[in-house]
Amino acid sequence: MASMRDIKRRRNSIASTQQITKAMKLVSTVKLQKARTRAENSKPYFACMYQTVASMLSKVGKIDHPCLQSGSSDKKGIVVITSNRGLAGGYNSNIVKLIVDSGFEREKVRLYAVGTKGIESFARKGYEVAADYSDVLESLVYADAKEITKKLLSDFLTGEIGEIYVAYTFFKNTVSHIPTLMKLLPIDPGSMDEEKKNGAKESGEDEEEKLTLMNFEPNEEQALDLLVPKYLSSILYGAMVEAAASENGARMQAMDSATNNAQEMMEELALKYNRARQGSITQELTEIIAGAEALG
Amino acid sequence: MAESFELRIIEPEGDFFQGECDFLEFVSVEGEMGIYKDHIPLTTILEPCVMKIHKGEGMKKAAVLGGFLEILKTKVTVLAEDAQWPGEIDVERAKAAKKRAEERLVSKGEDVDERRAEAALKRAIARIQTVK
Repeated sequence: MASMRDIKRRRNSIASTQQITKAMKLVSTVKLQKARTRAENSKPYFACMYQTVASMLSKVGKIDHPCLQSGSSDKKGIVVITSNRGLAGGYNSNIVKLIVDSGFEREKVRLYAVGTKGIESFARKGYEVAADYSDVLESLVYADAKEITKKLLSDFLTGEIGEIYVAYTFFKNTVSHIPTLMKLLPIDPGSMDEEKKNGAKESGEDEEEKLTLMNFEPNEEQALDLLVPKYLSSILYGAMVEAAASENGARMQAMDSATNNAQEMMEELALKYNRARQGSITQELTEIIAGAEALG
Repeated sequence: MAESFELRIIEPEGDFFQGECDFLEFVSVEGEMGIYKDHIPLTTILEPCVMKIHKGEGMKKAAVLGGFLEILKTKVTVLAEDAQWPGEIDVERAKAAKKRAEERLVSKGEDVDERRAEAALKRAIARIQTVK
């Protein structure tokens, strides 16, 4: 049996770890609330943006636009959004797993990484990391998303990458975060139609009206030119806001279970400590009695 | 007295404005436009401009810095990349930005991204006009 001193030392160390995890949990709870409000506030913008682009595409039908066709390159550009800090449970590794299991060949993937944790594990696995935007996570603003979009589009139009995806963690609710891989370019009008049908149920008449009568000024092609960058950056921004909420949610959960775990260990150790103390008392008594008997 | 329509201005950070409006003025990439109720459905791209929201006798001004808007018969939705009320605008900063952009355009240096400088100039002008 471990000595009383060892057990005591262990208990103290667990107690201080527990204090840290507890504090981190509180911090991430507050941050989660902030990030969550933010994600909720920005939702209407993205929903609207998505709908407009979708209705525009269903209207223009098949036009010859570079953003509707995959480029000549078979490389896939993926924006991966992870966190800059660890201790967030499976948050980062889930995204990494998503990419590894996505079926894309490693050589054909070019990563535009947001979040140092993701960069570390992808670099270790031998993926090509073309750009690092980890700084944007510190204070998320829309202009950052525009910056990333600019780089993506120029790589897409020069043919360095043929398709653009974004991998992020969708914030469903506080306990459930879903790693998601979403195709951004080329825009696939077919898949949008389907999703739009789901969305249309909510705003039935409006949708009808839009589809039949909507005019575009300037004409569809030019409007599409101007809209695609806006569409990309808004989706990226949305993804980053969602990911920030998910990150804090994941950290909160991880820290919560760490705190509970520490509590459990402390209880176990308290029991062990008491037993050891009782054991040592019994032993001392036995020794004293044995000594007294020997003298008498 | 014109009938009013529903106006909603959304920016990435959330709702900017939501309410009734009689007449809406703004600048699209095609030029200046004014919208009353029962306009034909139209989607158009915005230039950075002063958006004037007329309601009754009153008029509200806001700097809308790029984005696009969707007009339906009784509803107009503006998706602005950034929008500000006059009170939120830092005039000195806008003036400095205007000067900087103008200098860049005049200098025509090799490392000057002309389109970017122009866009910055437009944004600065829209901000300054909104405050006036």
